[in-house]
Amino acid sequence: MSTLRLDAEALYAELLGGVRGLLLPDTVLVGIWSGGAWLAERLHADLQRGGLPGLISSALHRDDYSARGLAGAGGATRLPFAIDGARILLIDDVLFTGRTIRAVINELYDFGRPHVVDLAVLVDRGGRELPIQASFAAAKVVLPATQRLTLARENDGRFAFSLKDKS
Amino acid sequence: MLSRRNPQLNAHGELIHLLSIEGLPREVLVHILDTAGTFLSVNEREVKKVPLLRGKSVFNLFFENSTRTRTTFEIAAKRLSADVINLDIARSSTAKGETLLDTIANLSAMHADMFVVRHGESGAPHLIARHCASHVHVVNAGDGRHAHPTQGLLDMYAIRHYKTDFSQLTVAIVGDIVHSRVARSDIHALTTLGVPEVRVVGPRTLVPADLRAMGVRVCHDMAEGMRDADVIIMLRLQNERMSGAMLPSAAEFAKTFGLTPDKLALARPDAIVMHPGPINRGVEIDSSVADGQASVILPQVTFGIAVRMAVMSIIAGNEA
Repeated sequence: MSTLRLDAEALYAELLGGVRGLLLPDTVLVGIWSGGAWLAERLHADLQRGGLPGLISSALHRDDYSARGLAGAGGATRLPFAIDGARILLIDDVLFTGRTIRAVINELYDFGRPHVVDLAVLVDRGGRELPIQASFAAAKVVLPATQRLTLARENDGRFAFSLKDKS
Repeated sequence: MLSRRNPQLNAHGELIHLLSIEGLPREVLVHILDTAGTFLSVNEREVKKVPLLRGKSVFNLFFENSTRTRTTFEIAAKRLSADVINLDIARSSTAKGETLLDTIANLSAMHADMFVVRHGESGAPHLIARHCASHVHVVNAGDGRHAHPTQGLLDMYAIRHYKTDFSQLTVAIVGDIVHSRVARSDIHALTTLGVPEVRVVGPRTLVPADLRAMGVRVCHDMAEGMRDADVIIMLRLQNERMSGAMLPSAAEFAKTFGLTPDKLALARPDAIVMHPGPINRGVEIDSSVADGQASVILPQVTFGIAVRMAVMSIIAGNEA
């Protein structure tokens, strides 16, 4: 099938249910810039969690810095809670090679030693290059490495996926 | 055909060296300031180190002494995980007669990845950038009277931090403008970032009228220079200027152009006072102003580390 359709809003409803199942009272949500940050903000509101969700950037720990330079995408890490001993649920839009998650875990450790780090994603697209798995994925698809799957947030806050060939 | 491309930018318009603020597009300056914001928070983490320059060698080449600037570059490079080599160049090879380019060739053979250069001659960092290997990046840490771009950028960071929007500001730069590489870098940065009024303030010998060509307002009267200013940048009065015909005396300068509480009162009530350091208390700035509420002189030092981290990590990530 060449025309894969992923309904991001339907998958978000799945993710909301999946995340609810993973949460303990002291779990904090940390969204990965940029798609995961949008998801974490919306999950945080829909799940009526207190305080603010954490937002985290992989930029300072990426392993492709020498090839790509300092990626300007996304915002800065903002973790409005102590990381030492925290139970953290990372949220991302697409899980692919696992390299972003590796970088983000390093970033977390710059702030302290978490008790548990877990991961929930909207889409697991296969193609892992590191031993990293999500505890929950709203969808699992297999995509060729030549394609880029990205989440967009519309003006009204709704999510949509786009699938493009890498240039 | 000879390329007229800015030597600091690659074919994609990305920064590969930082030699001067002059000629850099606004987006490049804003990108540096935004990136510095990220690094400012790194300096507050439990682990104040990120691995971006891991395995890279940064050589601090200070042909002219400067403890503060060299130290902040060293801290910045170390917080990016680089290996830092400080060369006391003024007392070593150059003193033995080696040319600048031979020194650079030798250091390149030691697999340098970045040179941070301070030199008494204007243009020395440009010369090095033109002659070093393509994977080597050069940062100008002050050359002659020409430029001190990281000081200019950290000044812009401080202004943006306290004033948010450049487009409504009046900025006064006071002191020895004509000999100051800081003033020159500040003026280029302020005009590029859209500050509508940049004033240069001082006696005619240090603030000649032809500075108007840089798009600034020239003021020989301190009260005129201070009136309703949002930002006041005081420059260090360099003692070496005192011996010549430039100034009658430091006391005379202090009386007319030294920033005292009564002169500061002419500026806007929320004005900030900046100074690149080291300060001469009682000469260009009164102690009560330097230590007062309007002073952001120490935060400037903190911002300087983040800005230098931003510059180094941006240029090292871009290929020539």
